[in-house]
Amino acid sequence: MKKPFTIVVFTENKIGLLNRVTSTLIQRHINIESLTVSESEFPGIHRFTIVILEEEEKVQKVVKQIEKQVEILKAYYFSDEQTAFAEIALYKINSASVAKEEGLKSLILKHQLKELSKEGEFLILEKTGKKEETNQVFEELKPFGLLGFVRSGRVSLSKMIGSFSGHLQEFELHSKEIITKYN
Amino acid sequence: MKLVKEEVQDQLKKGQKPQRMTGAHAIIQSLLAESVDLIFGYPGGAIMPVYDALYDYQDVLKHVLTRHEQGAIHAAQGFARVGVKPGIVLATSGPGATNLITGLADAKIDSTPLVCITGQVGSQLLGTDAFQETDIISISMPVTKWNHQVTKAEEIPDAIAKAFHIATSGRPGPVLIDITKDAQFAELDFLYKKCKGFRSYIPIPKLKQESIDQAASLIDVAKKPLILFGQGVILSQAEQVFKKFVEKTGIPAAWTILGLSALPTEHPLNVGMLGMHGNYGPNKLTNEADLLIAIGMRFDDRVTGKLETYGKNAKVIHIEIDPAEINKNVFADVAVLADARDALLALLDKVSPNEHIEWHDQFKKHMALEVEKVISKELNPEKDGLTMGEVVKRVNDVTKGNGIVVTDVGQHQMIGCRYAKFSQSKSNVTSGGLGTMGFCLPAALGAKLARPDREVIAIIGDGGFQMTIQELGAIFQTKAAVKIIILNNQFLGMVRQWQQLFFDKRYSSTELVNPDFITIAKGFGIEGKTVSERSSLEADIARMFEHNGPYLLEVMVDKEDNVFPMVPTGACVSEVRLD
Repeated sequence: MKKPFTIVVFTENKIGLLNRVTSTLIQRHINIESLTVSESEFPGIHRFTIVILEEEEKVQKVVKQIEKQVEILKAYYFSDEQTAFAEIALYKINSASVAKEEGLKSLILKHQLKELSKEGEFLILEKTGKKEETNQVFEELKPFGLLGFVRSGRVSLSKMIGSFSGHLQEFELHSKEIITKYN
Repeated sequence: MKLVKEEVQDQLKKGQKPQRMTGAHAIIQSLLAESVDLIFGYPGGAIMPVYDALYDYQDVLKHVLTRHEQGAIHAAQGFARVGVKPGIVLATSGPGATNLITGLADAKIDSTPLVCITGQVGSQLLGTDAFQETDIISISMPVTKWNHQVTKAEEIPDAIAKAFHIATSGRPGPVLIDITKDAQFAELDFLYKKCKGFRSYIPIPKLKQESIDQAASLIDVAKKPLILFGQGVILSQAEQVFKKFVEKTGIPAAWTILGLSALPTEHPLNVGMLGMHGNYGPNKLTNEADLLIAIGMRFDDRVTGKLETYGKNAKVIHIEIDPAEINKNVFADVAVLADARDALLALLDKVSPNEHIEWHDQFKKHMALEVEKVISKELNPEKDGLTMGEVVKRVNDVTKGNGIVVTDVGQHQMIGCRYAKFSQSKSNVTSGGLGTMGFCLPAALGAKLARPDREVIAIIGDGGFQMTIQELGAIFQTKAAVKIIILNNQFLGMVRQWQQLFFDKRYSSTELVNPDFITIAKGFGIEGKTVSERSSLEADIARMFEHNGPYLLEVMVDKEDNVFPMVPTGACVSEVRLD
């Protein structure tokens, strides 16, 4: 059965690696639901967070194929239960009329929306949360005349023990061992 | 400014000061530092500075001018497959670079080490649709093990060092370095340092002793074990220890077509070829085996047939260097992630000697049936028309298993792999994974240049020959003494066979009206002869080998012969058909 999975990939910071990762997914005809690229907690190492909807067996195989690529340090996959995750959504509305403002205030309170910007008649609100939550806000803001909407890719951190830093030390050690053994 | 190979190596040893030179010279110096002495390529605008630099090094660095970039890369593949060095390819930007794609894909799937260097338009022109500009980095990404664009001269030595390390280590593969023209012209302080590794690339997984112990205990209790060996045995130079392992355990060993020649064909424990047109016994008995020991092979669908019913009575030990191959197609009860040689060395001490006599008898019985139903008809036909198999048999009579046999793709390839005899490793060159028609002729040229001391026999179909026929020009120019045998059935034979068996004999676009190949060869200064009579075949083959230089022998074989045994697509390996 297809389920959402979050693939987390740690890579060297190099042009073109995103292409290599996505082309591995494309080869297996897997669609990307969301994608976030950012720096990781380690200098010079980037972190890709990719959400896909797939069967676990296929995810397992594609993750190995991603991980084996040169300059990719490690790839993991997680089910939704194994990670803490969120997305950011921004909403642009026209807040000109007073009547609207009253209704808006209660919505802002109810959903803990953040006022990101207010330029003249235009208000930009921010909501951080799961997709269902940002969708709920979308629905409730609709009557106010939504002028713009954007949602980020998922960011997530694993709830599990064990971290990438341990692997990183292992890689550095192992690559040294290989160098001494095979050269 | 000019350094010869020894000087570059001296520079490395003595830790000498960097030398000022252009990027183009740095490319050549880097290649020399990696002990390159032969390049295949084709010049053009964006790679001209490198070709200009090459002019100064003709005495130490030979360049083979093929007639098409695809020819260059297939030649480099042939060179790498039979030799000890990676194949090196030079090409220009745009069409020069895109013409490499088929060869890159072929080398990627067949794990062949290649270092390809392409010229690129000046960095200021990148992305402007400049003349002969193409985004070769993006285009080649899925078909390279690694690729990299260089826009600054000072990045050249490190990029090339990394390219060589990646291409040749772990599971080998093709890499591509794209170098802008301004980087070739600009100057740098050149100092070459070989790359020995870096953190985000683990070429060889760490061998886990417990996996060896588990594998050994499965091997010791198995009653009907079968070894499936692939190119990993050759790539890890494990032939000797592999042979010892086979002999100690007494386990029948069957090969994939990339594994062919890793164990001598005549070895009593070599039970033949796996897969679609493989031998009857190995296919049929895969499903009777209680243990499959896969060594350096990846369970390609041409080997396994229908996965749902593949090897269902067997536990599986998978010895493999690439973690992504484990459980990809066939579940491994024990995965030994390692270089095949390391794994076999560790395993050899652990396993107990055995003979498996009854199990062997089953292979012998299956072989006897196959000889009766298929092999005798192919090798000693009673009909008038010539068969492909009898031609291969005549070649064996001359080479005694010491030749390098290069095949193209199709019926002749299957016949070549089935019947050619090999007594030494690295002797079978064919396009296995990608099935690239047109591979053979240039690959044979590359193989001959890597091993001028050995006979190189190119066995090609009349279809595939015409896909890269222009490389007769490169063979003529290099005088490489390749012995070319066209097995001419005036059909795209394998497709025709499928049309006959599975598409109701509807021969759609498979019949070829061929040119006079001997006249064409003559135009390229290559002697040749057509043979269609059994009575002269032996003498004609002898003459081909006696001839000093390249030779083309066109053998007219029966038009509608089929290759058997055959596991139809989607069928189970034990449903292998003898007719």
